[in-house]
Amino acid sequence: MFIIANSGPFALYRWEALLKDWRLFGDAFLYTILLAVGSLIVAMLLGIFFGSLSAMHNKLLNLISRIYVEFFQNTPLLIQFIVVYYGFPLISPMLTFSTTTIAIICVGLYHGAYISEVVRSGIGAVPKGQFEAAYSQGFSYGKTMRYVVLPQAWRIMLPPLTNQIVNLIKNTSTVAIISGADVMFTANSWSSINLNYIPAFALAGFLYFILCFPLAKLARKLEENNKKAYTR
Amino acid sequence: MSFSEQMSQLLTGNNLRFLFDGLKLTLYISFVSIVLSTIFGTILAVLRNQKKGPLKFLASLYIEIVRNIPNLLWIYVIFLIFKIKSTPAGIVSFTVFTTAALAEIIRGGLNGVDKGQKEAARSQGFSNFQILIYIVLPQAIRNVLPAIVSQFVTVIKDTSFLYSVIALQELFGKSYILMGRYAQTSQVFAIYGLVALMYFVINFSISQFSRWLSRNWA
Repeated sequence: MFIIANSGPFALYRWEALLKDWRLFGDAFLYTILLAVGSLIVAMLLGIFFGSLSAMHNKLLNLISRIYVEFFQNTPLLIQFIVVYYGFPLISPMLTFSTTTIAIICVGLYHGAYISEVVRSGIGAVPKGQFEAAYSQGFSYGKTMRYVVLPQAWRIMLPPLTNQIVNLIKNTSTVAIISGADVMFTANSWSSINLNYIPAFALAGFLYFILCFPLAKLARKLEENNKKAYTR
Repeated sequence: MSFSEQMSQLLTGNNLRFLFDGLKLTLYISFVSIVLSTIFGTILAVLRNQKKGPLKFLASLYIEIVRNIPNLLWIYVIFLIFKIKSTPAGIVSFTVFTTAALAEIIRGGLNGVDKGQKEAARSQGFSNFQILIYIVLPQAIRNVLPAIVSQFVTVIKDTSFLYSVIALQELFGKSYILMGRYAQTSQVFAIYGLVALMYFVINFSISQFSRWLSRNWA
């Protein structure tokens, strides 16, 4: 016990070093939250926009939405990061963005595609009869959406949307690869100097966990509520 | 250098073979990880679905901790434990993460099997273990197969982290090396386009297959 506490990767002094540099990890944690909130806003705007396009009765608009969704769902997030980080400045120095901007745009675009699918399938899950009933009562398309379809679709969309937020938070860690000082990058760079790997990555894991676990739990609860509400 | 010269300099047989080698490694790592994760994920799902007991607790603990921490962090952790930059280390790190993701998917499948199936089997004298192996699991796996297949897409995309962390030259790694060698703007974007296309063709085919399965099979 004494030996474990004084030497080796779990040694006590390594945890003390971590405690001394807590401010570094605190800043990193706030930066991860900033990236998550920023990219969530971008992703929600894109997701609602493209999701609504795919719900319209227009083949061209549906196709545009389809291309956006399929492209971002089927190519790695990291290559989007690299092309903006490394490729864009080659076109013109004007296209040099900060790490933060790149992360918010790339993660936003990537998860916008997933949220768009959530919106599309949410609207698609509302029975056709609901539309028809609303039209027969003289509702316009906009009013049908606003008063009849979206309130029902919202309940269906909420659990997968929450899951997407969890994935989005986890994917902000990609910024570490282009040296954005988030939790992942800080854990890696701090511990590569002083070799305190175990405390650094344990703390990093813990910080992601306290962000993601409550949301994942909430998603499951919302889903169960829906199940109960719709099966009598 | 004109555009066509730049392209003919870049698009040589050697360079394309270089990229295809990377694609092979990407697919190899992803496939092995998915197969292993399906096996381990099934075990964890069954354990977590028990009524009580320490195994249920441990399975839940593993699933929740692993699932709520980024995949990238697990790649770092596995590398720090093994201290080797190799294909097995890549496979292990993806199996660790994907097992947790698949366990939850498979558990959803287990819960979806109708209760009457179990009761009918029990009335025929099947033991609990036999019910699981012969009655419940085959139906559960069949129901969630589309979701397992689409998890394959996620794994293929995320293997792109392996180059940055443990220097494995999978498809993304190969393309990054090529980008360093051919520094002309048009060449860099041609490599990006080509690699994006390779990922897209593979992943789009897999996700279409998954959709086809869920329509026609499950």
